[in-house]
Amino acid sequence: MSDISASAAGLPGKSSLYAESDRTRRRNAAEKRFRLYGLGAVGIGVIALVCLLASILGSGLSAFQQTYLKVEIYLDPAIVDPNDARLMEDPDAVRAELSKVLTFGYAPLIQGSLQAQAEELAAGPAPEITPQLLAAMVSSAAPTTLRDYVLANPEEIGETIEFDFLANARIDQYLKGKVTRESAALDSRVDVAQLNAADELLDLGQMEKRFNWDFVFGPDASENRPEAAGIGVALIGSAYMMLIVLVIAVPIGVGASIYLEEFARKNWLTDIIEVNISNLAAVPSIVFGILGLAVFINFMHLPISSPLVGGLVLTLMTLPTIIIATRAALKSIPPSIRDAALGVGASKMQAVFHHVLPLAMPGILTGTIIGLAQALGETAPLLLIGMVAFVRDYPEGILDPAVGLPVQVYNFTNRADPAFVERASGAIIVLLVFLVIMNLVAIILRRRFERRW
Amino acid sequence: MKTVKLSASVLAIAAVSATAAAARDTVQVAGSSTVLPYASIVAEAFGENMGFPTPVVQSGGSSAGLKQFCEGVGENTIDVANASRAIRESELQTCAENGVTDVMEVRIGYDGIVFANEVNDAEFEFTPSDWFNALAAELPVDGEMVANPNTSWNEVNEDFEDVAIKAFIPGTKHGTREVFEEKVILAGCEESGAMEAILEINGGDEDAAEEACMSIRTDGASIDIDGDYTETLTSIQGEEGAFGVFGLAFYENNTNIIKVSTMGGVMPSTESIASGEYPVSRPLFFYVKKQHIGTIPGLKEYAEFFVSDAVAGPGGPLANYGLVADPELADTQKAVADEVTMGSGS
Repeated sequence: MSDISASAAGLPGKSSLYAESDRTRRRNAAEKRFRLYGLGAVGIGVIALVCLLASILGSGLSAFQQTYLKVEIYLDPAIVDPNDARLMEDPDAVRAELSKVLTFGYAPLIQGSLQAQAEELAAGPAPEITPQLLAAMVSSAAPTTLRDYVLANPEEIGETIEFDFLANARIDQYLKGKVTRESAALDSRVDVAQLNAADELLDLGQMEKRFNWDFVFGPDASENRPEAAGIGVALIGSAYMMLIVLVIAVPIGVGASIYLEEFARKNWLTDIIEVNISNLAAVPSIVFGILGLAVFINFMHLPISSPLVGGLVLTLMTLPTIIIATRAALKSIPPSIRDAALGVGASKMQAVFHHVLPLAMPGILTGTIIGLAQALGETAPLLLIGMVAFVRDYPEGILDPAVGLPVQVYNFTNRADPAFVERASGAIIVLLVFLVIMNLVAIILRRRFERRW
Repeated sequence: MKTVKLSASVLAIAAVSATAAAARDTVQVAGSSTVLPYASIVAEAFGENMGFPTPVVQSGGSSAGLKQFCEGVGENTIDVANASRAIRESELQTCAENGVTDVMEVRIGYDGIVFANEVNDAEFEFTPSDWFNALAAELPVDGEMVANPNTSWNEVNEDFEDVAIKAFIPGTKHGTREVFEEKVILAGCEESGAMEAILEINGGDEDAAEEACMSIRTDGASIDIDGDYTETLTSIQGEEGAFGVFGLAFYENNTNIIKVSTMGGVMPSTESIASGEYPVSRPLFFYVKKQHIGTIPGLKEYAEFFVSDAVAGPGGPLANYGLVADPELADTQKAVADEVTMGSGS
């Protein structure tokens, strides 16, 4: 102001349109600086994002590939079926008898079948390989595959069948360039001779790296076989929980906000409720876990580790987000819409449900999806209700034990074998893909249905 | 919000009564993160071989697991608690107060605690007294307790190289911490003669002396790690010459990244721990709620499977991962088969 009044007072020569005054220069410089600050801030954000994505993609993409080994196995009746159960009539009795040989009993089968090949390799390219070392290149999940096959096909006992086994994690990591000969020399879990054998098997076409669907859809595996670990159970668990959140949180959240926004009288009670909802949105999520343990498990006796309890806890956590977003969406509808509806004789409920709600839908959906995305990435509340766990069986319903995707990531990062590092990053990639899809859907819905006044 | 929660619970109740609250058919296990890998290996094999659903194994630490275990009897409580230390008297009392009166203690084997630095760092041959002198909060000097002045390993022991003392040790919620304090720090305190000096200073109060021995310095030379060994590993990788305390199994899976030091001249290995030569080891346990046997299908079978020769014996999958097999496994098997509970005579 003083500037204008000063020039108005007439100080000729001091304010030319052509020559910048000191003051103008300072103001322009300040603006330029601010722009630079802004650019810097955005730049730091972008760099952080790029680093994060690069590190996750860099270490996680290899999780989608896995090394497989073709092995011809002679299903030795002496090992698989010592009591000649396969000759019995009743298939159930055969199965019962055959299942008495545990997976541990099947391990010699692999070593026995690899004997000839080991000798061949030892004579040629991998002089120090022994049958034991060669058999150790096969995943310890292989005996399970064999046993399941024998139980399903008892008539094939005594024949030689070609199997496609997973290769041991260290061999797999070698093919992915993460195990080198130098590190193998120090490593008690792998021998350099095995790496030489791996090179030869690769040349022979007996070993290959290919896309690994089992990582996406297979169940978790113990630390003895990181190569077999997958995130299938976590995917299903997360899907169940999202379903429960959607089914319970959306009707309750939208209903509550419509009532609060359109029908409730404005008094101290609704004010208190409003403040509390805002506060709840900021409560640390683990608090909801404590509540879930106390109410759903200890009081209502719902099963531990079940997606039902997980979904309910996440519902409580998501409700405030949905309510706040829905109320904002309802508030943004101009009162003229309501007035017009009421003016032509609609009841209050008709005005809301026929006119206000459809217009507010994009905002509500966006809020809901963002709330869901937040719930999808949550681990802390699940810790207390037994969902941070090792679960291998696919859940058949919402009452069976399951884990969620972020929990699976956490579990992978806690394990000793380095092969789990890539699987943790791989699981993060899958989680990110889901989050991006959900956010994209939110944006598309907003773009398509949003109306501006 | 109250109405919202209420309606949520009502809906939940409706959902459950609709499915007629099926009885739990999966064994629920929780506890020590040291036992977790073994328990998950067993759970996996159990599910594959025995025709029962795969047990669910939660982690979280020995104390947290035992606390959950002692919450009560019933389907909403866990069946098995894993622990890297024996259950405490106070915990048993809590158990009993909550109705958990029949507890079976099962020892699965032994685990070594190793001291490791990065694979390219200097080599050390430790004795417990080195660790005591390096990590104790106060040392007795000339009849007085003074704050630990040592900052470099060669101040502790002249034979060592001049490497700054920096150790990442398990936090107090871990069962491993207790073993570390008892078998390394306290042993070192006695071995180095500091115990006697402290007793002289405080006038013969043994409890207080033990406590003084086992208090760890908090000036940054020793850092508590509350997470898992992977966190310890990341920590020592970020710090030149730092030491970490690991389980033997973790070391055996990462021999190309970390290097263990000897303790008392003995290299840690499953053999030296089984023979008792390596001093820092501890038994691992799991506790079974006997009252759940018969209610939860597969619970007893799980316990028996866990300690069977094929699983926990030498050469089995647990030994392969790094567990030191228990020489008295046969006795344990018998106790499990007979469902012997704690305090019932044997």
